This record gives sequence, structure tokens and C-alpha cells, in this order.
Amino acid sequence: MDLTALSRLQFTITAIFHFFYVPLTLGLAVLIAYMEYKYWRTNDEVWDKMARFWTKLFAINFAVGVASGITMEFQFGTNWADYSRFVGDIFGAPLAAEGVFAFFLESTFIGLLLFGRDKISRGMRFLSAVLVAFGTNLSAFWIIAANSWQQTPAGYKLEGGRAILTSFKEAVFSPSTLPRFLHTLDGAYVTAAFFVMGISAYYLLRKKNVEIARPSLRVGIIFGLIFALLQIYFGDIHAKQVAVTQPAKLAAFEGLWETQEKAPLLILGWPDTKNEKNVFEIGVPGLLSYLAHGDVNQPVKGIKEFPREERPPILPTFLSFHLMVGLGILMALALLWAVVELIRGKIYNNRLLLKLLLYFIPLPYIANELGWITAEVGRQPWIVYGLLKTSDAVSKLDPGQLVLTNLLFIAVYLFLGGLMLYLMVRTVKTHNENALGVAEREVA
Amino acid sequence: MDLNTVWFLLVGVLIIGYALLDGFDLGVGSLFYVLGKTDKERKILINAIGPVWDGNEVWLLTGGGALFAAFPLVYASVFSGFYLAMMLVLFALIFRAVAVEYYFKVDTPGLQKLMGGLFFLGSFLPALLFGVAVGNVVYGIPLDAEQNYAGTFFGLLKPFALCFGIVGLFAFLLQGAAYAALKTEGDQQKRARDLSKNFAVILLVLWLIGGIYSKMAAPHLWENYQKLPLLYVLPLITLVSLILIPGWVRKNAYQKVFTASSIAFATMILTVAAGLYPNWVIATDPVKNLTIYNASSSPLTLKVMLIVALIGVPIVLLYTIYTYRVFRGKASPERNGY
Repeated sequence: MDLTALSRLQFTITAIFHFFYVPLTLGLAVLIAYMEYKYWRTNDEVWDKMARFWTKLFAINFAVGVASGITMEFQFGTNWADYSRFVGDIFGAPLAAEGVFAFFLESTFIGLLLFGRDKISRGMRFLSAVLVAFGTNLSAFWIIAANSWQQTPAGYKLEGGRAILTSFKEAVFSPSTLPRFLHTLDGAYVTAAFFVMGISAYYLLRKKNVEIARPSLRVGIIFGLIFALLQIYFGDIHAKQVAVTQPAKLAAFEGLWETQEKAPLLILGWPDTKNEKNVFEIGVPGLLSYLAHGDVNQPVKGIKEFPREERPPILPTFLSFHLMVGLGILMALALLWAVVELIRGKIYNNRLLLKLLLYFIPLPYIANELGWITAEVGRQPWIVYGLLKTSDAVSKLDPGQLVLTNLLFIAVYLFLGGLMLYLMVRTVKTHNENALGVAEREVA
Repeated sequence: MDLNTVWFLLVGVLIIGYALLDGFDLGVGSLFYVLGKTDKERKILINAIGPVWDGNEVWLLTGGGALFAAFPLVYASVFSGFYLAMMLVLFALIFRAVAVEYYFKVDTPGLQKLMGGLFFLGSFLPALLFGVAVGNVVYGIPLDAEQNYAGTFFGLLKPFALCFGIVGLFAFLLQGAAYAALKTEGDQQKRARDLSKNFAVILLVLWLIGGIYSKMAAPHLWENYQKLPLLYVLPLITLVSLILIPGWVRKNAYQKVFTASSIAFATMILTVAAGLYPNWVIATDPVKNLTIYNASSSPLTLKVMLIVALIGVPIVLLYTIYTYRVFRGKASPERNGY
């Protein structure tokens, strides 16, 4: 492997690892804030028990998210020095704003929520939960704004081989910022919904902690359904934007080789990069043209329009995109079934559905990672679309050092991921909703 | 004052904020086995920093982000140049984060021991390495035509940089001991107070030796002081603060000890910064020095970021003070978090 590949591997494993924790943090923070709101307003202790339980799991997840987040920020400098020099005038600002406006907020108030629970009032607890949710979601906005500038650079001029800011507003709200923010955040909310539904289903199957599992399942289903349906809309907005701003990426999403009117939307397929065609494909004619441009007769640009050295890797982009969409549809169907059963009042005894919800917990996680791979691999060979190639951005490091640190990262992440999973599973298995507060402390 | 200087100071403020706040976390962690002889004492130490360490670490994240935003060429050269050292710090901080958060969550004594060990190592390494990094930057490192570090990993371990590392380490240790004296009781507090006194004396001696050593080895750091002798007030405040600590320790005035330790640490950083200005990184070939002018972002970015800082930082300070008020008082050995 050459230097660029090694640095990309390092960033990939860090980002994939980090992104394993972030979506749950974003979504669960909102759900916990809702539970704290209900407890604050109703003073019903079931909401308190729910908030406490989910906060416990939130904390286990949050720790690893924080730990892996530092690495992300530092790697821009350590591994991508020429990237940092090129984009520093623009890219650093959202990162700093993320720190000042968001990171301080979430990490200060999570401390208050986790350790200060019994030192502050119910209202203050609710406020803390809101600020944690607001902080995490705001930090997602800034980092996606920064990453979106890499996808669709705006508000800059080129000067002396560097991108120089001309408009902060345009740079932050580049054409892809809002579609990507909404799409990512929505995915995070669906992740939290499936997490909450799955664990609640586990308790209902075991007839344990039923008092918190029932309302949690209800909250999860409603929250999940809203955002699974919204995701169809957000995903569509995002794809339309990609069609306009990054046509090479859209063509790779869809395995579309030739520019054509009535371009088909592939349900299944397998692109063959060498022969520039699909080995097989099953698609709906015209649907891609319609989805991308709102008109079946509009041509959609094919991959062959772009010189070979400016094409993203087609197969991984195609596969990750299609798998992501497929998982999204599967999750939406599961939620529709769950909502029907909820309305019919039979969900708590429908063991098949409960089992399904339990086993579906990993699905949104996989979809999130696939989405990220689609976005980042689809942008290649550019690190900043159309402006800077990834291979021109890498730090001139000693490849030997990179091999060493890559191995260390893999080892450390496996250990941390394993530890996190172990603690999560153990906490779920041993939790007793009736042993809370002081009693629980004595047990621990 | 021009925008570039303002940003030199602002990044300095973030670094000082980090040094003082996460400084005591790193100090407590480095003294984990000295101040935590028993299981109960170690739990008290974890609880002493548990609610606040995460917020404290954000000062580093924000400082890194601000350096990236305001002086991207410094960020790029230093972070890539010190690659292995940076990775070491990163692994340490990763382990510390997980160790603090999971200390009460792991259920077997073996795992808890491991968490304790990681907490110590994850605190001690950064406490030592931050100083070494600063020592290199202010002493001078070889940079090539593209501003990339042209030396080796072991080239970073020069005596001057190691000297900075040791001074930095004791500043962290003092900060940690002074904080621990505030949060503990009884025998544990007695050890923390004795350590505060000893560390203050050691740091005083090291500070004087370091000053003389740098006059000989890195005279460029003293040029600003010749131009503006008033700057000597900064190292003088450090000395006075450190001298006052043993007396306050005897009177059990721990709040004052912690304040003095913080002032000493802050003025130490300011002393170095005053000598470094207007440079960020000294290159072996002075023509290649990275300065606040040739390594900065555009005026527009600096202006936008200044607005961000002026809105954001006061709010941060407000709720940070609020949290410290909620968590004031002694730390308990019980699991009081989640």
C-alpha cells in the first residue's frame, strides 16, 4: 500500500469507528430530553425510570464517541497536512465553531446530567438534557457543514494555491450542507429509535422491566416512524442535489454508464468497471430521470462522460448506496408493521415482531456506515470535489510509521468496541427498573 | 493590535484554559497511585474529576480547531511533523476518556485495575509530552521548503525539549495535587497538601534553571524581553505565586493554593508566548519560521472567527462556572454517576 492508501485506511477506520457511536448519541439525546420533559411535566416516576435507564446506556456509548472524536480532529493535521494547508482558511472555522458552540455544551451538561442528577431540580435536569441534545445536534451541523464543503465547495476563491474564504455564509451553507445534514440527522434518529425499540422488545420478550419497556417501545415506534418516512423525503432531496452538484457521484450511485433520457433506477445490478457496463441489472426505466430531475425525458449524465481518472470507484459506491437504500426500505416496512400492531393493541404479545425488532438493532448502524462510505468513496478521487485530489493532500509521512499506527488503531478500536458492547449488553441484562437511585448505588 | 496578534492571544487563552482545567485532570491522573493508595481513595479521585473532565478536554479540541482555523499552516506543520508523538498523545487521551467513564462500570476487579492503569498512563503521557512538544516548537525544528518537518522522531527528544517536558510535567502535577487537596479529606488530603508544597518548590527550582538554560541555549526567546523589559513581570508572577504556595499550604488555604498554582501555570505559558511572539514555530533556518503573519488565515476568516469567539466563549465560561458550583465540595467514593 502506498502512503495515500495507508492514510486513507487510517482515516477510514477512525471515521467508521467514530460513526458507530455518533448517530445513537444524536438520536438518543433527543429521546432522553423528551423523557425528562414528560417527567418534569407529569412527575410520573415511570418517565424518571425510563430517562435514567436510557441515560445509563447513553453514557456507555458517549464515552467511546468522545474518545474517538479527538482522533478525527487531529488526523486532519497529522495525516492530511497539505489538505489542511489548502483548506485551512475555510475548513478550520466550522471545526472551531463546533468546539465553542457545541462540544462545550454537550460535554458540560452531560457531566451535569450523569453526575449531578440528584443535586439539581427536575426542571434543571430537563434543561440539561435539552442542552445535551442541542449541543450534540449542533456539533453534527458544523462537522457536516465542513464535510459538505469538501463535497460542494462554495464561498471561496483560489489564491496562491490555497482556498481563501470570500463568504462564511456561503461556505457553511454550501449547496449540499442542508440536504446532507437533514439526511444524516434523520438516519441518526432512526438509529436511536431502533435501539430503543430493540431493547424494549428484548425486555418484553423476557417479561422483564415491562413498566419501562412498554412506554419506551411506544416512543421508539412513533419517533422511528416519523423519521423513517421523513427520510424518504430527505434522501430524495439529497439525491437531487447530488445529481446537480456531483453528477459523477450520482452516476456511480446508480451504475449508469451512458448518458441517457429515461434513465433507469436500478433495483439490483453489478457494475463491471473494466468493461464499463453492468454484468446484469434490473431497473425501472425512466425512474432515475424522474427522481433526479423531476422529468422522465431529462437526460442523466453517465459515468463515461467523465475521464477515467476522475471517476469514483464505481462498484463500492454502487453497492454501498444500494444496500443503504435497501436497508432503509426494510426498516420503514418493519416500522409500518410495528405501528399497525401498536394501533391494534397487540404489539406487546406479538413475539415474532418483537424478535424482529430486537434483531434489527444493527440495521441502522450498517445503513449509517454505508451512507458515509457512499458519500466519501463517491467523492473520490477528490478530497475537495473538483479542486484537490486526495493523493495531493496527504502528509509526507514515513509509511512504516503509518503501518504501525494503523495496527495500533485497529487493536485499540477492537478493544474499546468490545468493551463497550460488553458493558452495554451486561447493563441491559442486569438492569432492574425497580432498583434505582440510592439502592442501585449500594448494589454497585 | 492587529487581528493576527489578537488570534495569537486567543489561541493562547484556549491553551491556558486547557492547561489549567484539564491540567488538574492530568495531574490527578498522574498521581493516581500516589494519592490513591486504597480502592476507596482511587474512587474518590475518579469522582473528583468525573463530572468535569470531558468539558475540560474540550478546551484542547477547541484550541486545536482555533489553531486550524486561524493558523492552518502551523496546525499542518506541527501535527504532521510530530506525527508519532501526536499519535501517542491521542492514544493516551482515548484511554483516559474510556478509563474515567468506565471505571465504575466494569464489574471485575481485573478490569477495574486495567482502567486504573489506563487512567494513569493516559494522564501521565500527555502531561509529559505537551511540554516536550512546546519545547521543540520554541527551540527550533528543521523545516523543508514545503514547511514539512524534516527531522526524525528521536530528533524531538533533544535535551532542551525534554527540559520543557519536565517543567511542564511538574506544573501539571502541582495543578493536580492542589485540586486533589480541595476535593479530598483526611490522610489523602494530607498527602495531596504535602505534594502541593513539594511540587511548588521543585517547580520553582526547575523554572529558575530552565530560565537560565534557555538564556544560553535559546537566546532568541529573550529578544522581546530586551525590547520590552516590562515583560519580566510574567515570569516574576510565576515565581511569586510558587513562593506563596508553601505558606498557604501550612494554613490549609487550599482554595488559595489552587489559585496560585493556576496563576503560576498561566504565567509560565505567557512567559514562553511572550518570548515566541510573533512566531509560532521556530525553524532551524530562521527564514522559514512560521509566524502569526505568514502562517495565518485570511483577514476575513480571522474576523468571522473573532465574532464566533466573542459570542461563544463568554457563554461557555458562564455555564462552566455554574457546573463547578454544582459540583463544589468534597468528592465521595460512591458511584454517583451512571
